[in-house]
Amino acid sequence: MKGNIAVCEGAIDAGCDAYFGYPITPQNEIPAYMSRRMVELGRVFIQAESELAAINMVFGAAVCGKRAMTSSSSPGISLKQEGISYLAGAELPCVIVNVQRGGPGLGNISGSQADYFQATKGGGHGDYRLIVLAPYSVKEMYDLTFLAFDLADKYRIPVMILTDGIVGQMMEPITINSELRINNSELKKDWKLDGCKGRGPRLMRSLIMEEGGLEKHNWHLKEKYDEIKKNEIRYETDFTDDAEIAVAAFGIAARICKSAVKKLRQEGFKVGLIRPITLWPFPEKVISDVAAKSKKILVAEMNMGQMVEDVKLAVNGKCPVEFLGAPGGAVFSEDEIIAKIKKL
Amino acid sequence: MKKVFSKPESLQDKNNSYCPGCGHGIIHRIIAEVIDELGVREKTIGIAPVGCAVFAYYYWNFDVTEAAHGRPPAVATGIKRCLPDRVVFTYQGDGDLAAIGTAEIIHAANRGENITTIFVNNANYGMTGGQMAPTTILGQKTTTTPNGRDAKRDGYPLKVCELLSSLDGVCYIERVSVSTPKNVLKAKRAIKKAFENQLNNRGFSLVEVLSQCPTDWQMTPVESVKWVDEVLAKTFPLGVYKECMKK
Amino acid sequence: MEKVKINSEKCKGCLLCVSVCPKKCIKPSGKINKLGHKFVVFTKNEKCKSCGFCFLMCPDVAIEVFK
Repeated sequence: MKGNIAVCEGAIDAGCDAYFGYPITPQNEIPAYMSRRMVELGRVFIQAESELAAINMVFGAAVCGKRAMTSSSSPGISLKQEGISYLAGAELPCVIVNVQRGGPGLGNISGSQADYFQATKGGGHGDYRLIVLAPYSVKEMYDLTFLAFDLADKYRIPVMILTDGIVGQMMEPITINSELRINNSELKKDWKLDGCKGRGPRLMRSLIMEEGGLEKHNWHLKEKYDEIKKNEIRYETDFTDDAEIAVAAFGIAARICKSAVKKLRQEGFKVGLIRPITLWPFPEKVISDVAAKSKKILVAEMNMGQMVEDVKLAVNGKCPVEFLGAPGGAVFSEDEIIAKIKKL
Repeated sequence: MKKVFSKPESLQDKNNSYCPGCGHGIIHRIIAEVIDELGVREKTIGIAPVGCAVFAYYYWNFDVTEAAHGRPPAVATGIKRCLPDRVVFTYQGDGDLAAIGTAEIIHAANRGENITTIFVNNANYGMTGGQMAPTTILGQKTTTTPNGRDAKRDGYPLKVCELLSSLDGVCYIERVSVSTPKNVLKAKRAIKKAFENQLNNRGFSLVEVLSQCPTDWQMTPVESVKWVDEVLAKTFPLGVYKECMKK
Repeated sequence: MEKVKINSEKCKGCLLCVSVCPKKCIKPSGKINKLGHKFVVFTKNEKCKSCGFCFLMCPDVAIEVFK
């Protein structure tokens, strides 16, 4: 199965009620596949007039209590930022898939990791956070998309799948775990707008003009984000117990680093890998713990240096943090990583 | 003696914060009356604009959501496709619908979304203090056209009914006003037709309501309704622009 | 009984009702309400035909009409 298709199947199995999308390379498989499957299943599919319209259709579907998803790639995700800020402010659940490509601007159509800042530091305005999940395999494309819907509903928060053109286009066999299937009908959404029969009218808004109201709301959002930080950090570590040099990478970069680290271990080098799966909330503690034991940390990412800043903050001076970057749609090879680590 | 005219159930018993004489108060009420008469209050979801009517959810007595500026037709599409048996309508001003939201309204109309749009045209941007809108008429002075709208620099007033009536997905378009009691009744009849079309799955309906904005036009309310009749309606003629319903 | 009831606390003194009443039954009261608006009052009950024009034009649902 292709990575992009695994995203679709994960969404469908998670009970995605509505998908709204727009064509952009390298994620065109997603709207095409959904246009067939969602219609077969009697669910909602619309190819919207723009990525901007699509995120607002997601807002509508989310407002009335449905599980909604949209997908795009970097430039299209920029268009969605207004809608994302509104969704976060109104506390609406939804899933947004970014199959990153080279940027900035129109860039190119190769995979990249240059939207880390946009995803984790808020590309839209205001104080808000998204849960950001970074799959590195086709299996994770399925699993994390499935998980995204549950997390979105649990916390009333938009969740982003931050993947890239390579994982999106990659083909790997996966087994779909049927125990992960859930029944949506038990989810009680007592805030949704579906007509005021049997109850008082409800409103949905992010505009809070009452004296002190917006401040209170922002503190409430912070409480929610602190709760998520406590409960939902996910990461994977390889050989970090005795690592002298630890590599930190996410998504496709981590995939390449994983085999580089394995090879170096076979040659006797004490290296390890930390792979954040949630980019927000960021696994600060595990990085801090590994930094306390290691001589150096190398951050390898396909951009000019984004996650490295969060790693530096987590390391907080305990050891030096080095960087290996591949921006503009470039991909580093296993050999490049091995060479860099050996130099360190 | 029996009560013949009073507050509809779909309107809350609150003082609204609109300016004295503003058309929004009348239009909110006639929409509420139509929703009462059709018996659909409990399955209606309204989408409020960004503009003076952003607080419409404080006045209407049914579910209402905010939307980003210009995006109500996309939000309405999301809701209506997911809950096709509910009554979904957007309420938008001239900035919301005719400036920032032109793509969203054209495409919702073009897809023939089975929703209702009430478009309030007061020829300026009220909320932000009276700037030029796409619907500002030539020669009209606003805070961003201090010498009057000039076709060469600012373009022409945008005629939404005329524009949208060319789309196949559209069922019904009518332009009305609330400048006199007779026009208020006509406006209510048009709005009722627009909601009935949704109940009968006929596709997209839009009613454009010419509305008075006394404060930003710098007129008294009585002068402003006269200006709607005598000046605004000359650029934006009242009447039916498309009607798919069989007589 | 009065054919028209005007809630003086809702009235904003826009005078639209005054301008449309065919029998000139409504006029400014000369007083202001809690919100500072110069509200109007209904007079000449015997002339009123309960046409409802005042209600139709009122943006504040400050008016109720009886027949």
